[in-house]
Amino acid sequence: MALSDFLIVGAILFCLSLAGIFLNRKNVLILLMSIELMLLAVNMNFIAFSHYMKDAAAQVDGQIFVFFILTVAAAEAAIGLAILVVMYRNRNTIDVEDMDTMKG
Amino acid sequence: MNIVMPNFASVLPEMFVLGMACAILVIDALLSGRRKVITYSLSQLTLLGALILTVMHSGEKEVVTFGGTFVRDTMGDFLKVFIYVITAVVFLYSRDYIKSRGIDKGEYYVLGLFGMLGMMIMVSAHSLLTIYLGLELLSLSLYALVAFQRDNAVASEAAMKYFVLGAIASGMLLYGMSMLYGVTHSLDIGKIASYIASHQEQQMILAFGLVFVVVGLAFKLGAVPFHMWLPDVYHGAPTSVTLYIGTAPKIAAFAMAIRLLVDGMQGLAAEWQAMFMVLATLSLAIGNIVAIAQTNMKRMLAYSTISHVGFLVLGILAGTREGYVASMFYTITYAIMALGAFGIILLLSRKGFESDQLDDFKGLADRSPWIAFLMLLIMFSMAGVPPTVGFYAKLMVLQTVIDVDMLWIAIVAVLFSVVGAFYYLRVVKLMYFDKPSGSGSLIEAGIDTRVIVSSNAILVLLLGLFPGGLIALCRLAFA
Repeated sequence: MALSDFLIVGAILFCLSLAGIFLNRKNVLILLMSIELMLLAVNMNFIAFSHYMKDAAAQVDGQIFVFFILTVAAAEAAIGLAILVVMYRNRNTIDVEDMDTMKG
Repeated sequence: MNIVMPNFASVLPEMFVLGMACAILVIDALLSGRRKVITYSLSQLTLLGALILTVMHSGEKEVVTFGGTFVRDTMGDFLKVFIYVITAVVFLYSRDYIKSRGIDKGEYYVLGLFGMLGMMIMVSAHSLLTIYLGLELLSLSLYALVAFQRDNAVASEAAMKYFVLGAIASGMLLYGMSMLYGVTHSLDIGKIASYIASHQEQQMILAFGLVFVVVGLAFKLGAVPFHMWLPDVYHGAPTSVTLYIGTAPKIAAFAMAIRLLVDGMQGLAAEWQAMFMVLATLSLAIGNIVAIAQTNMKRMLAYSTISHVGFLVLGILAGTREGYVASMFYTITYAIMALGAFGIILLLSRKGFESDQLDDFKGLADRSPWIAFLMLLIMFSMAGVPPTVGFYAKLMVLQTVIDVDMLWIAIVAVLFSVVGAFYYLRVVKLMYFDKPSGSGSLIEAGIDTRVIVSSNAILVLLLGLFPGGLIALCRLAFA
């Protein structure tokens, strides 16, 4: 397996997540899933680059970054879901199409 | 393995703010409802303490510490001082507003402080990792603040939009960062810069990574075509939160742009200048034109922000030291103007009346001539009418752009500023020449808020008459 294979997987995951966000017109939960997928695609990139590096110090940098991204992703999901709950209580719907009260 | 002790003295302000924010969170939980004023006072004390700690060490030479992830320099200290002052004023303006809306909880100030800590880290970041962490700390606090009024359907929708688009921006930025890391084998801004300078042959992949970084940056700054979140968030969020989002984070975003693009990727300047050219032109055009069609004051100011971001980007894209100085001056003065504008909206609002429609400003000069005059000063400054500071800020940016032979973009900027003058002057017309309609606003705010709002607006005039001091300070930051 070459580095480029992993990068292609990362790129495909990234594109899937973008498509999930922009094409999805139904459920906000799917947006949250797509966001998680996007961060995982980036993690894939970091790990692949780090694995194929010669320099030990540079390798560790990338792996540490991955741990931070995972932690931040967890915090982000917590806040996203909290906002989702608030939104559901106020509007009784979590459809993307209904998020259109503000215009201009 | 040898362990190097980091230089703790240079991160004292950050550690202090972190410690105090955690302490305030605990102390607030133990306080009964009527003693909430303690939370507010402690938050202001924290800002004062951070200010003293930062000023104490300023003027010393640059320190890079914590394994090259953190830098303390003059630019950072200078921007941080402005962030403290602006946050302190935001807390002061918000106090009456959140009290009358029933969202007077300690978490409001704690989230504000954590957001500010994120900004401080962004300003002092010297590694892709710290830039990302600072940015996320800021963004996550802001998402929560926008949704703070839990029974407000519009605010929760705005928070959701902000969250989703902000997360996409972070994802883009991270993807770009992963590419930079892959090519340069480092997260350290200094090492990335030296790698780019010595390896001209890998421009292609670096430029690929750069595109994603610039998209992420443009999202956070609110430059067109990545501005979709801005009007909705400004409109939907409680006005006190809009005030916060519209001021201090702009300074942090400016610092992030400088750290990433100027300190880190000066070798790719030709590439990011071309991208910034598109962002600047579109921001100036869309921001100024769409603002004309707005009837909501907060929404209009959001589009005005987009056009101001165009100017800010213009200064950076000049790519000269003078350009960065002009851009920094613009950012700081814009933050002061926005603080005044939203401050006046807050001052005029009361329970059950948001005062955020343009019609609410009709005949303000009859009801409270002093407030109308202050608003007039700020609107003139935003439009760029001399002798207010907005004129000097625009002049400096345009001058640096012309100096690097980009005359056409300066002409575009001036033309759209003229278009923009229409909607700023319309506010003045509504205040001075129209008859009041419906319920007028009785100002309920305390004397301290009134004094600060007044001095805020007067400062816009004073800085316009004597801009020398602030310009000299901005020059010092890029010495």
